[in-house]
Parts: sequence; structure tokens; C-alpha cells
Amino acid sequence: MSIMEYNGGSVVAMVGKDCVAIASDLRLGNQALGISSNFQKIFPITDRIYLGLPGLATDVTTLRERFRFRVNMYTIKEEREIEPETFAHLVSSTLYEHRFGPYFVEPVMAGLSKTPSGGVKPFIAATDLIGCLNFAKDFVVAGTASSKLYGVAEGLWEPDLEAEDLFETISQTLLNAVDRDAYSGWGCIVHVITKDKVVTRTLKGRMD
Amino acid sequence: MNSFANRFSTNTTQLHSPEEDNFSDATWGSQAGFGNIAMGVPTFSIPDVADPTSFLQLHTDDHADPNCRIKIQHGTTTLAFRFQGGVIVAVDSRATAGSYVASGTVKKVIEINPYLLGTMAGGAADCQYWETYLGMHCRLHELRNRERISVSAASKYLSNLVYSYKGMGLSMGTMICGWDKTGPAVFYVDSDGTRLKGDLFSVGSGSTFAYGVLDQGYRWDLTDAEAQELGRRSIYAAGHRDAFSGNSCNLYHVKEDGWHFIGNYDISKLHYDGPGDVPGAPEGGYGYDIRVEGLSSANPPEAAASA
Repeated sequence: MSIMEYNGGSVVAMVGKDCVAIASDLRLGNQALGISSNFQKIFPITDRIYLGLPGLATDVTTLRERFRFRVNMYTIKEEREIEPETFAHLVSSTLYEHRFGPYFVEPVMAGLSKTPSGGVKPFIAATDLIGCLNFAKDFVVAGTASSKLYGVAEGLWEPDLEAEDLFETISQTLLNAVDRDAYSGWGCIVHVITKDKVVTRTLKGRMD
Repeated sequence: MNSFANRFSTNTTQLHSPEEDNFSDATWGSQAGFGNIAMGVPTFSIPDVADPTSFLQLHTDDHADPNCRIKIQHGTTTLAFRFQGGVIVAVDSRATAGSYVASGTVKKVIEINPYLLGTMAGGAADCQYWETYLGMHCRLHELRNRERISVSAASKYLSNLVYSYKGMGLSMGTMICGWDKTGPAVFYVDSDGTRLKGDLFSVGSGSTFAYGVLDQGYRWDLTDAEAQELGRRSIYAAGHRDAFSGNSCNLYHVKEDGWHFIGNYDISKLHYDGPGDVPGAPEGGYGYDIRVEGLSSANPPEAAASA
């Protein structure tokens, strides 16, 4: 029995043209037994940063609060919003603090960072459970369906997708990958982050 | 056990009967692997080691050791029950290898002959091979005795057969269902050698969920439509809750004139929309959220939620 497969769940994030998307399934299980079809694994950190936490559910809840605390402390001390790159390093070091007794989560981040010219730059990143950062230029995956997500994303993703097309791509990627994973599924949620708004949609997925 | 293994071993000479020479290698292929029937007992190659049983135990899937080498399909939900109108047999169609959903279109009901059905749980190959083999012997029984084999006799043939392989890693949990002189009959047979006669059985990782619905709705005097709906609804429950069951439900009804295939139902479609225009089925989906939509303030209908 793997502790990472105890509750199940998966997250994927993708880069588009001046936009990013992050999506997860909604299943919470106790090994083979499905418990909830409304378990949120993606949390807003700022208006332009979202964090996905697939893995052990108890650590998902704990870390969500821990990151909320640390981001609040950062905002108060710095008197400004945290940038996605900075937040990624905050996640990484928080996890590495527990190098010899880790939290069993594999965080995925998606956000838009500010450029000096006043525009926005898409940003995605993922880490392993002890905080090794992976800054990808295309997409990142994590969770029990990660191997399946890699396969589908590799086939569907293309560069410079507009927000609507990115939504379609990430939705199809997640929906089809979790259908091949016993521990993920039971519905999906997708967030598409653009310069002036975040669009959140709940998807109807297979319920078996 | 070793004397038994010897009987099936390919490198012993005692098995080499004179009539075996009359069959060329080509004959084997032409008989689709069942060429051995002409010579009686089937032959299998046995590992060339001192104690084949412990060798097999070391390399075959075992409940005690999940780190096994020969992976066998474990996740399944199958059920069968007897009632006034015959026997209902319902199964899911998912095959998993670890957490990977290897297939969603597996046929877990084995059509032994027009009057007998077998269900598949455990080793897919074991169930498929031995239940097909059972079908051949049922036909031979018909030819010899000018009479169809009883479900009891057929299931006993299978249970004696798997018992003779006990300890060698066969994995099957099956229900032999049919209609004979005595009426509808269901027997549970597994690879430990257990054989049970009963009215209602469910086998597999999702069996507890299926039993929950089944026990709640079961009566002897169920109508045909009610019984079919109960089978379908039970497999849906298991497919929904159990990670290793799902994709679709295959439904069979055994009557006096033999078995009838009722249909294949997508489990997700059952959840959202129900089985469609089917006698005995309620309107709308089986899913809890779908059934109770608009009935409480916690779960308002879509129009009210957006207002």
C-alpha cells in the first residue's frame, strides 16, 4: 500500500498564450472505497496564483493552512502580493523543512507573473514531496493518474493556446486520463487564469 | 502433491500413451487447444523443479503477498440471484492492473451453453479456460445420457476439477447459473474448492456494495422487470463506490428456455440518466445527487442556485 495512493487524486497545469490553466479531479477515497465527489485540491493563493495539492488528504488540509499563514506573513512584511516564482520557492523550502518526515503531497502551481513592461507572463511549476522544483514550459502533472496525464497531455498540448482552447485541452486531458486511473475521477474542476479574470468550471465526469 | 504433479508433468514417460502418436502437431492447432479431449486428462507443462507447488506459490499472486509476479485481475463485481422468474446474472466490465484501468469492456459472463452461465472473478484466464472446458464436458454428458446436465452436476464437475489443482495458484470465484429439471439454480464455486448452493450470491471487490442494494430489494416473488432492475441497480452501486469496478453492466436473465442477454448499460449513464426506457426502472439517474436534486436547500435545482 502506497501512502500516495491512500486517498487518490490528480492535478494538471498547462501554459497558454498569456494565460495558464490548472485542473484537478474531485475524488476523495479510502483506498478502493470512494468517499466524496466534492473534495477540493486546488486553492487560490492570490488573485493570480492557484495551488494544487494532490496526495494524502490530511496533509492537503494541513498544508493549505500552512501556506495561507506563510503567504499572509509575506504580504504583511513585504507590503505587496507574492509573485508566483517566489511562492514556488516558498513551497519548496516549506517541504524541504520536512526532509526526513515529509508531507505526502506533490504540489502543482499555476499563475501569472508581472513583467517590467506591465504585461503578464504565464508561470507553472511542480515539486516532489520534499520540494524539488520543476519549472516546466509546457505542462506539469501530479497525483495517482500522473503517468496517464503525461501520455494524454503529450498528445494534446500545443504552444500558444488561447484561453478557450487551453480550457478545452486541459479538460480533455484530465477527463480522459482519470478514466484510466482507478483512484482518480468522480468529477473535475478547471481554473483558467487570464490577465483580467479567472474562469472556474466544474466538469461532469464519469462516476465509476 | 508431487505424485500429482508428476501425473501432469511433460518429462515423465508414463503419460505417453500409444494413441498420442496418432496425433500430429498440426492436429493440436486445428482443435483450438482442446485437442487433448480425445486423450482424456489435459496436460500442462509443470516447472522442472523439485517441488512445483511451492515454486508456483512463490511466483503466483497470493492474498498474503501483494508484491507478486504474475498479476491477476482482482477488482470485480459479479452477482447472481434466483427468484420466481428464473435467475438474474449481472456483472461489471472493468479490468485493472494495479491502479491502471486496463479495460472497460471485459465480458465477465461466460456463456457455457444455452442453459448455463458462469461468472468471472479472480483470474480471467483461469475462469475462461475452465468454464469453456466445463462446457465441453456438459456437451459430452448430453451425448452420453441423452439429457441435459443439471446445474448441480456441472458445478460439482468444476469444483472437483479446481480442487485437484489446489495449491497450484488457480484463482477463480464463480457462480454457475442455469435452469434444469429442478428449476432455476445458482451455485457458488471457487478455487479453494468451496461449492455452495444458494439463492443469492455476489463475488468480487465490489460485492459488499452490491449485497447492500441486493439484500434491501430482494424477494422471491419479484417480477421479471423488478428483478432485472435490482441486478442492474446493484452493479451500479458497486461500480460507483468501488474503484476497481465499473465502466458498464452486463445483464442476463435465465428462464426455462435458456439464458437471454438483456443488455449492456454504461455505469456513468446509469448515474446521470438511468437505464432509459426499460420496464421496471424509475425515471432519471440512479445517482444520489441526481435523485435528490431540488429536494433540499443544501442541494437546490440549477435555476434556483444561480438566482
